[in-house]
Amino acid sequence: MSNATEDPPAAAVEINLEAEFAASNIQEVFDKLERELVGLVPVKTRIREIAAMLLVERLRKRLGLTTETPTLHMSFTGNPGTGKTTVALRMADILHRLGYIRQGHLVSVTRDDLVGQYIGHTAPKTKEVVKRAMGGVLFIDEAYYLYRPENERDYGQEAIEILLQVMENNRDDLVVILAGYADRMESFFHSNPGFRSRIAHHVDFPDYGRDELLAIGKLMLDRQNYRLSPGAETAFGAYIERRMKRPHFANARSVRNALDRARLRQANRLFAAMGQPLSRDALMTIEEQDIRASRVFLGAPKDKGAA
Amino acid sequence: MMSNHGNRITQGQFSYLPDLTDEQISAQIRYALKNKWALGIEYTDDPHPRNTYWEMFGNPMFDLKDPAGILIEINNCRKTFPNYYIRVTAFDSTAGWETPRMSYIVNRPKKEPGFGVARTEGPGRQISYRVHSYATDKPEGERY
Repeated sequence: MSNATEDPPAAAVEINLEAEFAASNIQEVFDKLERELVGLVPVKTRIREIAAMLLVERLRKRLGLTTETPTLHMSFTGNPGTGKTTVALRMADILHRLGYIRQGHLVSVTRDDLVGQYIGHTAPKTKEVVKRAMGGVLFIDEAYYLYRPENERDYGQEAIEILLQVMENNRDDLVVILAGYADRMESFFHSNPGFRSRIAHHVDFPDYGRDELLAIGKLMLDRQNYRLSPGAETAFGAYIERRMKRPHFANARSVRNALDRARLRQANRLFAAMGQPLSRDALMTIEEQDIRASRVFLGAPKDKGAA
Repeated sequence: MMSNHGNRITQGQFSYLPDLTDEQISAQIRYALKNKWALGIEYTDDPHPRNTYWEMFGNPMFDLKDPAGILIEINNCRKTFPNYYIRVTAFDSTAGWETPRMSYIVNRPKKEPGFGVARTEGPGRQISYRVHSYATDKPEGERY
């Protein structure tokens, strides 16, 4: 703090935010984010803000304006399949490029990895995980399971205490990201106010619309060297519309599962047509009938995770 | 004649230097991790130079990627054994090496009594010499 009032170092060093931005290669990450993640506007905005803040922070440090390291612990809330884990992975990469974390690896854990089964088992287990995450990002999926109010002798509380301590004392060493469904995270934070105050960024992941899901589906297929025939594309659009209305809809995850089943049917169709010559094109294309065969189109609302 | 003032034992790397600071230890660990060597922490209260097998503190840390995690373990060990010798070893598992590539002391007892020469007379005026650590006059666990 005291340094901030001192004169800036000799001859007001030329500050070139643009050059700094180019040097950090961060644009590359943004482009990749834009290319591979459909929608998610509030999330992307927040990532840009954080990146800008860290970049400015770096410049300030170079000019001798001391500041405290910003807290970057985050909480990602959103429905299943909205890309929380994917973004967490990207986050590790971004923070690494900005020099905020040293290694840039992601350690993804759930309650099982943190909480032990008997007295005295939890602390070493949690500490082991924390040590592994040092220099990177610790991603705790479905974090609300850590706290079980119905059982007052639950060991989850012990893990929470250690995590809180680490989030405070090792701020320079790791970034903790909690993820989970919005309503349950809300009650989790409500019963653990220490967590809420230690987390600087609460990012909400919105649900996808029909067109976004279609774009995601096409992106997934593209990555596996498949494509939809024009007929299949309209069919898939109709499929998504119907699937969205059904229970247990899990956004991008449902799309992925649907496409996996379509690939299954495509393989089956090609198999049934044995004897005819197969073109490279035929191996890559998913036809309308592969999509239309789905149980979602049968209309009967007999749901079993939807086939 | 005192050739080693303060009787500091000299084993492994850096042992003729003043004690390493935590930053220096971190830097050495970073070097080891960069080379994909697994770090381990060992302790003993028997300072004899031929005592090569020290007790291991916890498991070797194959899965840690950052010095901060290992430094936590080192500090844990210092807290548990403040008056022991503690060293950090970096094990290289590549075929052909399979051996510690680094080893340096990160903690030593406050007072190191040092070594003396003990003579044993054999048949025909033959004398055999042996290095004797004063610390080992006392039983294990009470030496420092």
